[in-house]
Amino acid sequence: MKSNARAEIFEDVPERSIKTSLVEFVTHAFAVANAEFVKLKHDPLELLMRAVQPILWLVIFGNVMGRIRGMNVGTINYQDFLAPGILAQSVLFAAIFYGISAIWERDLGIVHRYLVSPASRTAILLGKQVSASIRGLSQAAIIYVIALVMGLGISFHPLKIAGVVMLISLGSGLFANLSLIIACIVKTRERFMGIGQVITMPIFFVSNAIYPLDLMPGWIRGLAGANPLTYEVDGLRMLMLRTTVSPAGLARDFSVLFVISVVLLAIATRLYPRMAA
Amino acid sequence: MDAVIRIDALTKRFAKLTAVDGVSLSVDRGEIFGLIGPNGAGKTTLIKMLTTLVPATSGEAWIAGCSIRSQSSEVRRRIGYVPQMLSADGALTAYENLLLSARLYAIPRHDRDSRIRDALLMVGLQHDADTLVQRYSGGMIRRLEIAQGMMHRPAVLFLDEPTVGLDPTARRTVWNNVLELRDSLRSTMFVTTHYMAEAEELCDRIAFIHRGRIQQIGTPEELMSALGPDATLDDVFINLNETEIESEGNYREVQRTRRNIRRRT
Repeated sequence: MKSNARAEIFEDVPERSIKTSLVEFVTHAFAVANAEFVKLKHDPLELLMRAVQPILWLVIFGNVMGRIRGMNVGTINYQDFLAPGILAQSVLFAAIFYGISAIWERDLGIVHRYLVSPASRTAILLGKQVSASIRGLSQAAIIYVIALVMGLGISFHPLKIAGVVMLISLGSGLFANLSLIIACIVKTRERFMGIGQVITMPIFFVSNAIYPLDLMPGWIRGLAGANPLTYEVDGLRMLMLRTTVSPAGLARDFSVLFVISVVLLAIATRLYPRMAA
Repeated sequence: MDAVIRIDALTKRFAKLTAVDGVSLSVDRGEIFGLIGPNGAGKTTLIKMLTTLVPATSGEAWIAGCSIRSQSSEVRRRIGYVPQMLSADGALTAYENLLLSARLYAIPRHDRDSRIRDALLMVGLQHDADTLVQRYSGGMIRRLEIAQGMMHRPAVLFLDEPTVGLDPTARRTVWNNVLELRDSLRSTMFVTTHYMAEAEELCDRIAFIHRGRIQQIGTPEELMSALGPDATLDDVFINLNETEIESEGNYREVQRTRRNIRRRT
């Protein structure tokens, strides 16, 4: 009897096939993403509140700046030019404060619950990244509606929309992981709020979101070239508007965002366990 | 050896502080083992090492035969953990919290609903399954967390101060749940507590930890009779710490404990 009991508790560590491990990985990432999605369903007010800022940018800022004829944005009008930039901005702002929720979850003990489970750190963070993408995509849906109401030159070609979905998902995940890395380092909400403000504004202004790169002095253009938001906006501008697409440019935008995302995910995976220490 | 938990010279150092200093002990299957000590004694750090949340500086421990250092993911499959903080997600319902756990612990899809219903029934929350946890009382949240920690039937459940901040009725209910789960699943319970009366009544064995070291270990009766015929566990605790207790417990720990108490009342 005793030996049976022993065998039951001290079961051999089973060999897990690659398929089983992969299924578990996907299940774990899905579990985390799904929990975040359910939370959004319980309280969708957050998403609606986030719609206020892009409306202000597009309706007021875009309207006023559009009257200045001095800014050369190519063959399109300024409000069309602005729409993808504002979409990228609202995705950035939604994602960058992901770190705050990580710190909140740390203070509550929810992070401990994730980290003590058999789920791999990468699967947990990928799940978080997917949920950040869901938030980003909801922003996109709102901005598409606003753009439609304003009569902007938005393309509804299915392939272009699919491209926008992919770009938003990549961009959301990228900035959510950047935010998470900062959260893992600073660990308190107060410090995070300070740093969050300090980095969000430069990322936004040192990019092509509200003015073209050609207008920038050389040194700012150099910085904008190292800013992932620039590539996100560039890709969105090609896909969201009724303009021609440069396949080479699009491939560059996706590649840059993908590589940075993978690097940031790897760093976040290493740092995330610190949240439970 | 049939020890479900075996700890060998486990040590954790943070810069100049040695939080856990060469702890060795073993806990058998089905045992309720209490770890008692003042704030800052190293209880939570020891639990965090055993649950693989914090890496050990030196030493080793095995949970159900798996090394916390080299087989951490296997250890995590075999344990449940109820942290000191309230870890259930208030923005989800009890059912959704348990569903998240069921997925994280790879409970097969066809078993999930019945296992969740069973877990809710066992801790008496079956009628509140679809209520958001932020509307729960502190005792209800603790019971939900115990259900979360046990749903995958772990070999060991770690409970870090499970009853702190709860009123006597809620504390009694939580302990009844722990005892029922131990009896039905024969899991080992590794518990830290500040309540000596609870430890005396409910733990099979107790270890006193102070400044990261185990000072005494034994059954409550052994520890009390060693001090004198009428001694209580309170006396044992005070006797071990009376000269140094004022210096224990840091700001963050006190802040966290008070925050937890506030959330539960």
